[in-house]
Amino acid sequence: MVNWTALSVFILFFVLVTVIGFTAARWKRGNLSHIDEWGLGGRRFGTLITWFLLGGDLYTAYTFIAVPALMYTAGATGFFAVPYTIIIYPFVFVVMPRLWSVSKKHGFVTASDFVRGRFESSSLALAIAITGILATMPYIALQLVGMQAVIAAMGIKGQLPLIVALLILAGYSFVSGLRAPAMIAVVKDIMIYITIIAAIFIIPAKLGGFGHIFHVANEVLPTRKPVPGSLIIGPKAYSAYATLALGSALALFLYPHSVTGILSSKGRDVIKRNAALLPAYSFILGFIALLGIMAIAAGIHTKSPTMSVPLLLLKEFPAWFSGFAFAAIAIGALVPASIMSIAAGNLFTRNIFREYIAPQTSAEREAMVAKVVTLIVQLGALLFIVALPTTLAINFQLLGGIWILQTFPALIFSLYTRWFHRYGLLLGWLAGMAVGTWMAIAQNFKSSVYAIHLGTTVIPGYAAIWALIVNLVIAIVATLILRALNVHNGNDITKAEDYEEESVKSALA
Amino acid sequence: MNESSKRKRNRGWLWLLLVPYIVTLFPQFYSTYQPTLWGFPFFYWYQFLWVILSALLTWFVYVVTK
Repeated sequence: MVNWTALSVFILFFVLVTVIGFTAARWKRGNLSHIDEWGLGGRRFGTLITWFLLGGDLYTAYTFIAVPALMYTAGATGFFAVPYTIIIYPFVFVVMPRLWSVSKKHGFVTASDFVRGRFESSSLALAIAITGILATMPYIALQLVGMQAVIAAMGIKGQLPLIVALLILAGYSFVSGLRAPAMIAVVKDIMIYITIIAAIFIIPAKLGGFGHIFHVANEVLPTRKPVPGSLIIGPKAYSAYATLALGSALALFLYPHSVTGILSSKGRDVIKRNAALLPAYSFILGFIALLGIMAIAAGIHTKSPTMSVPLLLLKEFPAWFSGFAFAAIAIGALVPASIMSIAAGNLFTRNIFREYIAPQTSAEREAMVAKVVTLIVQLGALLFIVALPTTLAINFQLLGGIWILQTFPALIFSLYTRWFHRYGLLLGWLAGMAVGTWMAIAQNFKSSVYAIHLGTTVIPGYAAIWALIVNLVIAIVATLILRALNVHNGNDITKAEDYEEESVKSALA
Repeated sequence: MNESSKRKRNRGWLWLLLVPYIVTLFPQFYSTYQPTLWGFPFFYWYQFLWVILSALLTWFVYVVTK
């Protein structure tokens, strides 16, 4: 049955952000036929906009659905999202201003641009670009899964609403570029904050308080079949919990959409301040995770865990507020989907099209290619979800997380040193990709946790971390050999001081 | 003392940013139900607390290394 009240509120907010998305083209006006303006918003976003943009970008609709869904089925394991989003920021604080400075100085639009400049290696840059695009595609598709869950909860069947939503998204991304998700993110984030603050006051009050909620979950989770859950993680799960948090944290800012968010800010200070301010979202994410626990206490029974939170909201809130909350989640899917596809468009244009297809291309043509590729990526994601089973997107997303972490040595270590040889990094990347993929397949995609056996000790851990270790070992050994053989390591167009530089503009602003 | 060497000297504070890793990556130290706080098991409120503490720590490091 269609929930008309919820649906009306939902549509109202959807129309609102559509208007915002298209008018965003006029905001901080720039020449949108230039990739720096269209795809990076002219690198002019200040602390507040960057906070909304990165918040909307990193804490995606899929997170809002998948994390509580995991809490609902497995319990404490799902809470790794909290330490994950704690430890990401000290890393961002130290490392990302270096990437910003060197990119500003040399006009790098993507992470692959940087690697190319650092090593004069288009093959290494290509490897990074392809990894980024492959990891991003299923991520975009999964945003649509988040949207699907709330649309279904309002009683709407069929794929049509999803198609309409995606066409709207494609329209304003094309017209406004990164300015559209940046502006929409402000609305979306405020809606998410309102929803969650209401949820943490109202739902526990109705369910008899947090003490009671945790108590019920503690009784119910161990009875889950086939795998029993638990409210507190047991000794066997410690290493998995820690490596999942660490691996996900190190991987997050290697994703093209995160790099886009960083590069679009107007200065190093903006990034550093945000490293201290973004944890506000992590705090909210913790409570979103607890919605899964609340769903247990509220007696929500569903075969599909992704429906647990939408069903909880419908049960505990009046229809109009459920519509508001669902709109927040759906718009929460549009923001990252838009940024991710723009980032993938930038990558393709800069590191594949301009590198291999048309090196002499004009700035206008470059921007046009980026826009068209972004559109193709979005339609591809839609096709992924409409035509193929959802599990495929989920499996690919799991692989994507493992893959993207394999770009860590080439991207992050290279911000500090050129000790590594470019071909050593390439070989390490290849080894990491192979090992990580093999581990995921060996697990039949059931889990991203792989148990390694060292003699008699068994250590379960995030496959991405194991693959990264292999990656590093190979990169180091290969570098030692290549250096001994005196193989040329390419020319470096960057200088040591490029990584520390404040831009003149940002110092004035 | 000029600006850049002053900045270099203050860089020692960056080591403080290791604290969030140490306190969160060893769940054996916080994976218990008791003591509870406002109904929250220790496992949960401890991690919520560190969201706030690590944000404050990052802001502190930002201010002293500026």
